[in-house]
Amino acid sequence: MSDVPKPDELLSNIDYRPSRTGWMDTPVDIQKGIYSYAANPKSVEYVGLPYPRQWNPIEEDWQLPENWKEIISKGFRERLDRFRSVKVFMDICVRCGACADKCHFFIGSGDPKNMPVLRAELLRSVYRNDFTTAGKIIGSIGKNFKKIIGARELDLQVLKEWWYYLFQCSECRRCSVFCPYGIDTAEITIMGRELLNLIGLNIDWIATPVANCYRTGNHLGIQPHAYKDMMDFFADDIEEITGVKVEPSFNRKGAEILFVTPSGDIFADPGTYTCVGYMMLFHYLQEKYGFDITWSTYASEGGNFGFFTSHEMMKRLNAKMYAEAKRLGVKWIIGGECGHMWRVIHQYMDTMNGPADFLEEPVSPITGTKFENAKSTKMVHIAEFTADLIKHNKLELDTSRNDHLKVTYHDSCNTSRGMGLLEEPRYVIKNVCNNFYEMPANTIREQTFCCGSGSGLNAGENMELRMQGGLPRANAVKYVHEKHGVNMLSCVCAIDRAALSASMEYWVPGVEVTGVHEMVGNALILPGEQKRMTDLRSEPLPGMEEDDAE
Amino acid sequence: MNISYMYSLIAVIILFLLAYVGVKFPGGEVFFGIIIPYLALIIFILGFINRVIDWARSPVPFRIPTTCGQQKSLPWIKSANIDNPSTTGGVVVRMILEVVFFRSLFRNTKCELKESDKISYEWEKWLWLFSLTFHWAFFTVLFRHLRLFTEPVPACVQLVAKLDGFLQIGLPGLMLSGVALLAAVTFLFLRRILIPQVKYISLGSDYFPLFLIFGIAFTGILMRYFTKVDIVGVKEFTMSLVTLNPHVIKGIGGVFYVHLFFVSVLLVYFPFSKLMHLGGIFMSPTRNMVNNSRAKRHVNPWNYPVKIHTYDAYEDEFREKMIEIGLPVEKMIAPETPEEPEEKE
Repeated sequence: MSDVPKPDELLSNIDYRPSRTGWMDTPVDIQKGIYSYAANPKSVEYVGLPYPRQWNPIEEDWQLPENWKEIISKGFRERLDRFRSVKVFMDICVRCGACADKCHFFIGSGDPKNMPVLRAELLRSVYRNDFTTAGKIIGSIGKNFKKIIGARELDLQVLKEWWYYLFQCSECRRCSVFCPYGIDTAEITIMGRELLNLIGLNIDWIATPVANCYRTGNHLGIQPHAYKDMMDFFADDIEEITGVKVEPSFNRKGAEILFVTPSGDIFADPGTYTCVGYMMLFHYLQEKYGFDITWSTYASEGGNFGFFTSHEMMKRLNAKMYAEAKRLGVKWIIGGECGHMWRVIHQYMDTMNGPADFLEEPVSPITGTKFENAKSTKMVHIAEFTADLIKHNKLELDTSRNDHLKVTYHDSCNTSRGMGLLEEPRYVIKNVCNNFYEMPANTIREQTFCCGSGSGLNAGENMELRMQGGLPRANAVKYVHEKHGVNMLSCVCAIDRAALSASMEYWVPGVEVTGVHEMVGNALILPGEQKRMTDLRSEPLPGMEEDDAE
Repeated sequence: MNISYMYSLIAVIILFLLAYVGVKFPGGEVFFGIIIPYLALIIFILGFINRVIDWARSPVPFRIPTTCGQQKSLPWIKSANIDNPSTTGGVVVRMILEVVFFRSLFRNTKCELKESDKISYEWEKWLWLFSLTFHWAFFTVLFRHLRLFTEPVPACVQLVAKLDGFLQIGLPGLMLSGVALLAAVTFLFLRRILIPQVKYISLGSDYFPLFLIFGIAFTGILMRYFTKVDIVGVKEFTMSLVTLNPHVIKGIGGVFYVHLFFVSVLLVYFPFSKLMHLGGIFMSPTRNMVNNSRAKRHVNPWNYPVKIHTYDAYEDEFREKMIEIGLPVEKMIAPETPEEPEEKE
């Protein structure tokens, strides 16, 4: 973070007044700290995507294929014909500007091209020029007239502008909540990124996780033995803290349920503690109720960076979940805490890779609850599953073990605006800890702010961008931190756990980040456990330090 | 000076002159009174239908509603069936609220950076209020105009006119809708030039319809209250258009033809412009879909098979390591290359 301006510098740099020159006359200026590095050609090649090559965004020559304009134009046409959303959203925006100050990247940077309306206009301008009658007629009168109706030709500068700003959108959909026509910038960014991928213009923080996920089953490229090693290591931790030995099973045929979670939970703090929470919960349920669940090293990724590449790549990565469920012969699937993973599962998976007719409609083996809302996809969110357990009094909980925490909850973009999972995690949190405070109403639930690093922007080289985008969320956390002494920001998303940790360190020191199931793990009383001296982070529980001293 | 609105303003002034002067030429009344309006109406209807069909031709491959409330999941959690519809009924109500009351715009907030480090979000009702006023006033004006195109005039049209003029100011009575329309258009224009961000994103094609609609409202008010157009003559003329027996009536006056020409231009402009949001909102997949994609499978008509990395390929690459650490495998390593004795779980 050495190059990143200090928080007060970053704040004082924000200027919401747009430049005096019109946006079409303001050429793109690719800034260090904002852009992400170009995709590693090996990763692009591994999954068979076109035009793998070494290229550098800040160099003049991007080594584009000769006929790149033709490829883009053809790709654009195809997508207009395949997605009504794109076609309608290209046509009906009235530029009322309601979306302008809803975007976290605009709020944190003041860059006018980060207003959702303008981000979309970057593409719309080319659409008007190439695909609309009005654009063609008026454009033929002269270039000035073109500008008046907001049409322009696609050239290298425009392409670079697309690339720069489409990788400054985290597809969070907050703007679409406020748009009177529901125009969803995420749809536009998704299409735009698909087009860029047609000519090999991905960023590495997306392309390499995609290649890793394709090969090893997860973004981090964890191979099966390392995956199991890590989990064994967690099991040791649990034994140390609770005195109970947990034994998760992997790739086990005939298990009743398959569990899939983002690999960040296995390898990245503080997500690892969430993983420990899952392991404890499953162990508890196994001991008490004979719960039968398996993890998979093949489908060891819930997240899906293919979603940030193209619909096709999303489908190729997502296919592993059903394939593995079928191979192992499980009845249904539980999914861990993750944001965009759940948008993919909820809104895309069944359509892309279903029907999952080899699975059964999910029924909780412990409470008998039928998850009617998941009867076709056959995949249940762990927060839904756990909330149901708590509601039926199936968990023994000692909430005082979370008393050192003053907790607030960050709704992740995708589960709130692409699903509607709002109450389930809150219900779980309120039942496992005693101090819960909501952030201001305009920053939570369907109006929640992105962590600033979603949709594959969680790289290191674009830290300034991430801190800009993280500002609105962090500012709301700061409010409850100062007002109520909140010291723990909970969430149900692996990217959040990684991104918010950095954002809190930068904007609100003193606030840590946790997954919901870490707090479940803290509170859950395992059968036969010893008196706990520490929480899952091996930090002394309140009151226990003194006990030690005495 | 901003060229976007200057060009648009000039365009509207030219249109004004075209009609005002044009009708004075021989055949001008027939051209501006009969030929242009008929053509405009045909272009509007065909253009509108064509655009909607064009949208409909593209499928909706995925179920992508923007969910703005609690999903329907566990029975004891109250779901928001309007903002996050789980039933078709919920979608219908959501769409009605959106189309009739601009539900989403109602949420609008204004973000401000205060005391250099505090971000606040205040409810911003003005855009919502004036947009709603604009659309409702426009609709009311349009509806009232049915009295010129029907004989006898339906009771509902008379009732709306009566309500619209309930203040009973002046003679002929002041119609609130006309005043509201003019005020709302003025507001929408002013915010486009006064709010820096909105000015920055505004195109000529945003100002043009505002000026045009301002012109329509202005000429309408001019005729009704000031030049006192020969309303009996106007009705005779409009009825002749409706009954497809068109003939011009002498002495209706230039302003009337300007009014009619502006309306015709708006009709022609409509299908090729952003004004198509009128049709588009009904087609918006983030608003008009039920959020039940996990309960009911949504079918993508162009779904095609893709290349995936199969479990077998995965195991082939990692088999040795998997066996070594005790993970179950489908195929044991062939006996001819035993690195270590086979183990069974």
